[in-house]
Amino acid sequence: MTEPEAEIDRSGPTSVALPGDARLQRRRTGRALGGVAGGLADHLGMPVLWVRMAFTIGAALGGAGVLAYGLFWIFAPQQPADAPTREVSGRERQQAIGLLALGLGLTIGAWGLSSAVNGWVAGGIGVTLVGAALVWREADQSQRRRAKGAVLGGGGPAAVVRVLSGSALVAAGIAIFLLTSMGLGQVQFTLLAVVAALVGVALLTVPWWLRLVRDLGEERRARIRTEERAEIAAHLHDSVLQTLALIQKQAESPREVLRLARGQERQLRTWLYSPSGYGKVAEAEALSDVLARAAGEVEDTFAISVQSVVVGDCLLDEGLHAVVSAAREAMVNAAKHAGVGEVSVYAEVEPEQVTVFVRDRGKGFDPDTVPEDRHGLADSIHGRMERNGGRVRLRTTPGEGTEVELQMPRAKVVT
Amino acid sequence: MSVRVFLVDDHSMFRAGVRAELDSVDGEIEVVGEAGSVGEAVAGIGHLKPDVVLLDVHMPDGGGAEVLRQARPKFPEVVFLALSVSDAAEDVIAVIRAGARGYVTKTISAAELGKAIIRVSEGDAVFSPRLAGFVLDAFADRPGAAPISDPELDLLTPRERDVLRLLARGYAYKEIASELFISVKTVETHVSSVLRKTQLSNRYELSRWASDRRLV
Repeated sequence: MTEPEAEIDRSGPTSVALPGDARLQRRRTGRALGGVAGGLADHLGMPVLWVRMAFTIGAALGGAGVLAYGLFWIFAPQQPADAPTREVSGRERQQAIGLLALGLGLTIGAWGLSSAVNGWVAGGIGVTLVGAALVWREADQSQRRRAKGAVLGGGGPAAVVRVLSGSALVAAGIAIFLLTSMGLGQVQFTLLAVVAALVGVALLTVPWWLRLVRDLGEERRARIRTEERAEIAAHLHDSVLQTLALIQKQAESPREVLRLARGQERQLRTWLYSPSGYGKVAEAEALSDVLARAAGEVEDTFAISVQSVVVGDCLLDEGLHAVVSAAREAMVNAAKHAGVGEVSVYAEVEPEQVTVFVRDRGKGFDPDTVPEDRHGLADSIHGRMERNGGRVRLRTTPGEGTEVELQMPRAKVVT
Repeated sequence: MSVRVFLVDDHSMFRAGVRAELDSVDGEIEVVGEAGSVGEAVAGIGHLKPDVVLLDVHMPDGGGAEVLRQARPKFPEVVFLALSVSDAAEDVIAVIRAGARGYVTKTISAAELGKAIIRVSEGDAVFSPRLAGFVLDAFADRPGAAPISDPELDLLTPRERDVLRLLARGYAYKEIASELFISVKTVETHVSSVLRKTQLSNRYELSRWASDRRLV
């Protein structure tokens, strides 16, 4: 929001330092045009009439007030739909409309009087502004109705008429402006016409662009939330759910249950609170160390032997953390389901990518027959790798063992 | 004719275990003697002239590398297979460069050990996944590596690299052969060629690992 504020400071009329904390929001109800003046008044704690007058006076100064108003309209978000409805007296409404007309008149008048622009041009621009205001206002309305997909839809025939007449006004304004420039040479005129048409289209589509940008931000936030959730689910599956399953199997041996529970508790605490736990990238560690540790944990937990070979080495980044976690899950799967005592892990670090193979010579399985509710392969391996831009290849035949290949491009090191 | 094996390890318990395991495997392997120190080993090898010596890497008085250095020049027809619990690169590379035809870890199963012994006795090389990893690492092209003086010895062919990768992934020779659509014999040739390069190349990484054990 700093941009329009800076703009205002330069243009004079409302050069009041805005408190940085509370966000400026345009009024949704009780507005004459875009709710800008009302929003500013709420924000600054002064009567709305003063703000409107300031904009009107600004309009007389070569149209600065109009420009400021437009920028506020674009950059200040509207109040949320559940904001309290504001009652407006008829008098205030009349004042507002009057000031609006006066402001517009002053703008056109100021331009028309100055020698640089003749009256027709100023009139054309004025008509264009009115049209643009109509379309923008309609866009605000439709945003409230939140018609999914259509930017200006959902308002019935009246809304369509308003939008069309707004567009027509913009087109007419541009046409007037162009008619006054007939005297120019053909090339200049064509150029001018193209530029004017582009400006017209830009003016009419501003609400649409804004919507696009805001929705994009909204969507990104939603995606980040889902990814976070998937990451947490994958971790809980690998650790807590696995341990709970082991505890159920060992239910008749209290000592073993105690050991498993203690170990899991320690691990979960580390993950939640330690500097290298959830949401923090640990102090850079070498891939070989972390992979060896994961292999050691699996060896201890499931009493199998994990033969791990690492060729080359590099420091871990977020993607490689995902590789190690996925590899660990693949080892756990092999330990639990393959029915053999040995698992081979091979990791190769190349300049562009890291590849890890986890192989057992056990039962193997048919990937199509894995029940839907088994999360190990789907979430902890596939999901994890894909979220971080990696790739998984699975080779398995019933009776001949399983090999999981994990491939992750390396983050470019800025040198 | 069975393969005559000589055991060298400073732990008598371990020797007894290996002897029992090898006897149980099949009739192709016969343990003809054992030794618990470098001196005993060199004398025993000279006396018995075994086909294969199973050599522990870690022993007092210089370890397996010392045995290799003393016994190999005198008895060039004897084949050495290194056996160790340690998986440190300098240990593994040191015994290979001192002349061992292969390297396996002590966690290997009896059947696998039997196969490895027969393989080295036939003149082939035996690489554990870990050794394959070390060799790949040593021959890796990384920026800032020392210049190659002898391309014949200092570089691996792409095929040799493929074979080593699969070895490191835990594939058996037969599985490697079917994966790469070549014969087991060809796999053995590649592995032997890699072994030769590992022993003779002067690549910086190899000499560094070996010199850590004061071998070069």
